[in-house]
Amino acid sequence: MSLRIVVTVKYVPDATGDRHFADDLTVDRDDVDGLLSELDEYAVEQALQIAENADDAEVTVLTVGPEDAKDALRKALSMGADKAIHVEDDDLHGTDAIGTSLVLAKAIEKAGFDLVISGMASTDGTGGIVPALVAERLGVPQVTLLSEVSVEDGTVTGRRDGDAASEQLQAQLPAVVSVTDQSGEARYPSFKGIMAAKKKPVQSWDLSDLDIEAEEVGLDGAFTKVEVANERPARTAGTIVKDEGEGGKQLAEFLASQKFI
Amino acid sequence: MAEVLVYVDHVDGAVRKPTLELLTLARRIGEPVAVALGNGAAGTAAALAEHGAVKVLTHEAAEYADYLVVPKVDALQAAYEAVSPAAVLVPSSAEGKEIAARLALRIGSGIITDAVDIEAGDEGPVATQSVFAASFTTKSRVIKGTPVITVKPNSAAVEAAPAAGAVEALSVSFSEKATGTKITGRTPRESTGRPELTEAAIVVSGGRGVNGAENFSIIEALADSLGAAVGASRAAVDAGWYPHTNQVGQTGKSVSPQLYIANGISGAIQHRAGMQTSKTIVAVNKDSEAPIFDLVDYGVVGDLFDVVPQLTEEIKARKG
Ligand SMILES: Cc1cc2nc3c(=O)[nH]c(=O)nc-3n(C[C@H](O)[C@H](O)[C@H](O)COP(=O)(O)OP(=O)(O)OC[C@H]3O[C@@H](n4cnc5c(N)ncnc54)[C@H](O)[C@@H]3O)c2cc1C
Ligand SMILES: Nc1ncnc2c1ncn2[C@@H]1O[C@H](COP(=O)(O)O)[C@@H](O)[C@H]1O
Repeated sequence: MSLRIVVTVKYVPDATGDRHFADDLTVDRDDVDGLLSELDEYAVEQALQIAENADDAEVTVLTVGPEDAKDALRKALSMGADKAIHVEDDDLHGTDAIGTSLVLAKAIEKAGFDLVISGMASTDGTGGIVPALVAERLGVPQVTLLSEVSVEDGTVTGRRDGDAASEQLQAQLPAVVSVTDQSGEARYPSFKGIMAAKKKPVQSWDLSDLDIEAEEVGLDGAFTKVEVANERPARTAGTIVKDEGEGGKQLAEFLASQKFI
Repeated sequence: MAEVLVYVDHVDGAVRKPTLELLTLARRIGEPVAVALGNGAAGTAAALAEHGAVKVLTHEAAEYADYLVVPKVDALQAAYEAVSPAAVLVPSSAEGKEIAARLALRIGSGIITDAVDIEAGDEGPVATQSVFAASFTTKSRVIKGTPVITVKPNSAAVEAAPAAGAVEALSVSFSEKATGTKITGRTPRESTGRPELTEAAIVVSGGRGVNGAENFSIIEALADSLGAAVGASRAAVDAGWYPHTNQVGQTGKSVSPQLYIANGISGAIQHRAGMQTSKTIVAVNKDSEAPIFDLVDYGVVGDLFDVVPQLTEEIKARKG
C-alpha cells in the first residue's frame, strides 16, 4: 500500500523584509512579500527523501492561509511533491495556533495520511507548537524536532537533539514528525520541476468542507488576544571605534565602565 | 489567593535556573504550586520552597524518561485538575512548549509561548512577547480557559522568598497515548564546565570571521576570562567549527544576557532574532558596514585576531 505523506507548509512574510502588524494586530500578510517558510523546506525535503526510499509513496503538501499561500504550495510542488491542498476561507483571518491545529488536523484526516511532516517552527510566529497540537488532535505519536529521520516497515525513527541530551526516538505510523534545519539541506527546484509543478493538482477546501464552524477559528475564535504591539525603539547609537592597535584595550575599558570587569 | 502551577525543569533533582525565575513571575499573580516529575523529583523541593513554592507536587515514574512528552502532559493535567490554578507557567524550552501546548488543548485553554515578562492584569495575566526578531514588543492575554504561558530564560530575576514548599505526591494515571513515542537511546550532552548558554549573564559568540574550528579557542579564552558561555552563528555551526547546541538565533538558542559579545558575526536577521534583547551588545568586526554595528553599545572595527586576544589579556590583567 502506498505511504501517504502530508507535509504542512506555511506561507510567511519574508523575514528580511519589513514585517509588521495590521490595524487589527494580526500579522500583516498583505503589504509584505511572502514565501514558503524556509523551515518548512526542510520538511518537504525529508518527505521527498522518505518517499524516494519507499516502494510506493505520495507526498501531499498542505497549507492553511490566504490566496497568496498558493505560492508556497507551488514552490513545494516544484521541489517534487505530488499534489497540494489549500485551505482558504475569509473566516480564517487571525486564527491562532490552537485554531490552526484544528484546521490542519481536519484537513489531514480528510486527505488521509500515514505520516505528517512539519517544520520545526514557522518563521513568523516561531511558536514551534503546531506539530505537537496536531499530534494531540489526531491521537497519534508525536516524533518532533528531529535532526535525522527515517521510515522503515511502518516505523519512524529519528534523533532529537535536546537541551540536556540527544535522544533516539521511535514510533509506529501513523505519526506526526517535525524536522529541524539540521536534517539536511533542502533541494532547489529544477527547471523541469518548476514546469511539472504547473500541471500538478491543487485542491481548495474551505471551512465547510472540513465541517468547521466560523466561530471556532479566526480572530473571533482565538484563544489569545494581542492587546498592544509596539515597535521596539531603535537602540541608541553606540560608540564605534576603529582598531588602531588599542581596540582590545578600549573595549576592556568600556566593559570596566559598565562593571562587567 | 489563587494558585499558579509552575512546571519544574530539573536534572535529577537539580532545579534549573529558568524555573526559579518562573517562581518570581508566578508570585506576581498568585501562590506558586510547583510540579516536579521524574527521577529526583522530590529532591527539588528545598530549592523550590526557598524561592516561593507553597506546595511541590511530585511524581516519579520510568515513563517520563522512556517516552516523549505525553507522560509529562498527563501529569501536568492531573496537577491542573487537582489544583484548579489561575494560570500554568512552563519554561520555554522546546519540550516545555510542546508540553504546554498539549495541556492547553486538553483543558480548552489558550497558550502564549516565549513570554519575556508577565504582569497581573484586571482580566488575568498579561504576557509580554518579543516578536519579528525582536523588532516588536507585544502584550497579550489568554481569553479562553486558564492561561497557559511559557516563559523564556532570563525573563525575571531569581528571588529568595521562603515558603512552605510542602511536598505532596501527585497521583497520575497515564493515558493510552503516553507510550506512543519511545525514547530508545539517550546521549547526555557533555558538560563544558561553562555556564548554560540560555542562562548565562554573559555570552561570547563567534561567527564565520573566526575562520576555523581551531580558532574558536580565542573565543573560548575570552569567554573564560569573563565566566561567560560560548555561542556561535549558524555559519560557524554549519562549517562544523562549533556544536549546534551553541548556535544562537532563530533556529538555535535565544539568549538575553546582560552582555553579548559578537565576534566576526555580520548580524543577519536570523541571528539577531536570538540575541537582540541582550542588555548590552558589543561587536568586533572588520567590516564597518556590518549590520551588527546597528545594534551595539560599543563596537570595534578591526580584526578579531588582534582585538580579541588583546581584550582577553587586558581583562585578565585587570582582574589580577
Ligand atoms: C531559516 C533560517 C534560519 C536561520 N537561523 C539562524 C540562526 O539560528 N543563527 C544564525 O546565526 N544564523 C541563522 N541563519 C543564517 C543567517 O541568515 C546568516 O547566514 C548567518 O547568521 C551568518 O553568520 P555569520 O554572521 O557568522 O557569517 P557572515 O554573514 O558571513 O559574517 C561574517 C562576518 O565576519 C566578519 N569577519 C570576517 N573575518 C573577520 C576577522 N578576521 N575579524 C573580524 N571580523 C571578521 C565579516 O566582516 C562578516 O561581517 C538562518 C537562516 C535561515 C534562512
Ligand atoms: N497555517 C499553516 N499552514 C500549514 N502548516 C502550518 C501552518 N502553521 C504552522 N504550520 C506547520 O507547523 C509548523 C510549526 O509552526 P508554529 O507552531 O507556528 O511555529 C510549521 O513549520 C508548519 O509545518
